[in-house]
Amino acid sequence: MKKIIISDPTLRDGSHAINHQLTKEQVSKYCSAIDKSGVSIVEVGHGNGIGASSIQVGLSKEFDIALLESARENLKEAKLCVHCIPGFATIKKDIKPALDAGVDIVRCACHCTEADITRNHISYVREQGYQAYGVLMMAHMAPIDVLVGEAIKMESYGAEAIIIMDSAGAFLPDKVQQLFTSLCDNLNVHVGYHGHNNLGMGVGNAIIAANSGATILDGSARCFGAGAGNTQLEILVPVLEKLGYTTGIDLYKLLDAVDFISEEFKSSIPTVNSLNIVSGLSGVFSGFTKHVLRISKEYNVDPRDVFFRLGKRGVVAGQEDLIIEEAHNLSQEKIGKAT
Amino acid sequence: MLKKINVMILGSGNIGTDLLVKVLRSPYMNCTRFIGRNFSSTGMRKASTLGVAISDQSINAIINNPDCCELVFDATSASYHKKYAPIFKRMGIKAIDMTPSQVGKMCVPAINTIECLGFDNVNMITCGGQASIPIAYAITQVQQDIEYIEVVSSISSRSAGPGTRANIDEYIENTESGLKEITGCKNVKAIINLNPAVPCIDMQASVCVKVKKPDMKNISKSVSNIAEKMKKYVPGYKVIIDPVYENGRIIVMVKVRGLGDFLPQYAGNLDIINCAAISIAEEYAKLKLEK
Repeated sequence: MKKIIISDPTLRDGSHAINHQLTKEQVSKYCSAIDKSGVSIVEVGHGNGIGASSIQVGLSKEFDIALLESARENLKEAKLCVHCIPGFATIKKDIKPALDAGVDIVRCACHCTEADITRNHISYVREQGYQAYGVLMMAHMAPIDVLVGEAIKMESYGAEAIIIMDSAGAFLPDKVQQLFTSLCDNLNVHVGYHGHNNLGMGVGNAIIAANSGATILDGSARCFGAGAGNTQLEILVPVLEKLGYTTGIDLYKLLDAVDFISEEFKSSIPTVNSLNIVSGLSGVFSGFTKHVLRISKEYNVDPRDVFFRLGKRGVVAGQEDLIIEEAHNLSQEKIGKAT
Repeated sequence: MLKKINVMILGSGNIGTDLLVKVLRSPYMNCTRFIGRNFSSTGMRKASTLGVAISDQSINAIINNPDCCELVFDATSASYHKKYAPIFKRMGIKAIDMTPSQVGKMCVPAINTIECLGFDNVNMITCGGQASIPIAYAITQVQQDIEYIEVVSSISSRSAGPGTRANIDEYIENTESGLKEITGCKNVKAIINLNPAVPCIDMQASVCVKVKKPDMKNISKSVSNIAEKMKKYVPGYKVIIDPVYENGRIIVMVKVRGLGDFLPQYAGNLDIINCAAISIAEEYAKLKLEK
């Protein structure tokens, strides 16, 4: 039976759902519960990764290192993992302290066409003797041959796995199938999939990725993640098992951990609401949703228009400042029409 | 005939090549050599077509010709500049450092030209720094109670060459150092995004400042004053979102359209750091020529 490595970004992607207000206590409790389930990898931190706490994407309640230390104390079996985007995070300021705090895996991430900005970071992590993955975010924005080329670059820098992120929840099944088939034909390392639910494809796309050769799948408890949320972990795992894959996960213990998320974050559990669907259709990063809502209200414009404008402009994750510009432009046009 | 000082450009990437086009227009500078490592690179071929003497001998082209120039633009990389800086100093050549090496005096011509003329090595910080630090500085001139400054730049992927990409950590560190040094605010953060959209996006930068009681009227005045100063040497510099107070922060956004010298106009990032370098170099040249 084919083994699937389950990687759990609940405490990282989920930070988007609570404006990065994750506490040490929450990290400790979830980590201690999920560690018993047999999940292989647990990601922790700010939604945009280490070093990302900022006005631009949201200020964290706690320092990165405080959260990582809480996780480390409570993970005995699972590996501790961080997301890291060069351009936000640097080796000196963020990666080195994270490794010192006991992180096992650094997922070095970039917009899906910019792999070469992760070169130094991937090499550094490998040189220090830790595991480094390459992550291509917003993968719906590039054609398959480009994605494969960027993945090959990351492999050449030393990445031990390549993760494809459907950060806007915009992927449809056919592309997932073609992409993973092509990646597996061209790479010698693990290939993984990280899905979002904006168009209801979270679990479905993950299964298609697995059937097409992916061996690492991301899933979040109760979808806890940006926008419409991630592939739902507690559905993904039993469905994989039904299909004949092994995950090594104890379902009851997994559900116990998931129940903690349900209780703790009651009012922030992601749903596929109207604006999240628009985010998926426009192909804009799921993490924009809360900012778009707030700013659209201030400028008295339709948040759906803001999303479609941003999508047309091809904005990438990290360009949250442009929300204000588009909201401003829309409001000026509205005033222009009225007079 | 007007006299000119002799300068050299070291580094034949996007920055070096665009600088060359600008130097050739300058009434105060004469480019005696354009130096790279490979005659077949795009930059070297461009220099040849412009009729400029070229060399593929890298730093040796300068070491072996002690009287070749009074000023060098170093457009290699941060790690190379750290090695070259002592050589330039020993040879008595003024260095305009285009890399984020943190070696020389941080320079933003709209703010500290006169001070920088006294240093033998000046650092042009980063493209994002040249676009955003003037705005941050303008706000610090009005507000005493600044808690935090954050600057975010977005540039088009096409305008970021291999040197820029390999130096992304240094970019952040150097932008943050420049921001701290010039504004006096200790709590700062710099972020950079590369966007691959086609047609290419124009360079933009956003400046966010956290203060307790924003004096928006005077901030607007101060920002528009500095923007006027910027336009004098960066014609495509424009404030696109005037200072607004939103979600507990002041935000200002600028866009930089380039002159389209080497890369097309979207590459305002290339243009602004090079226009700044030309501005300080010309002031230095004028000083020299007056003597």
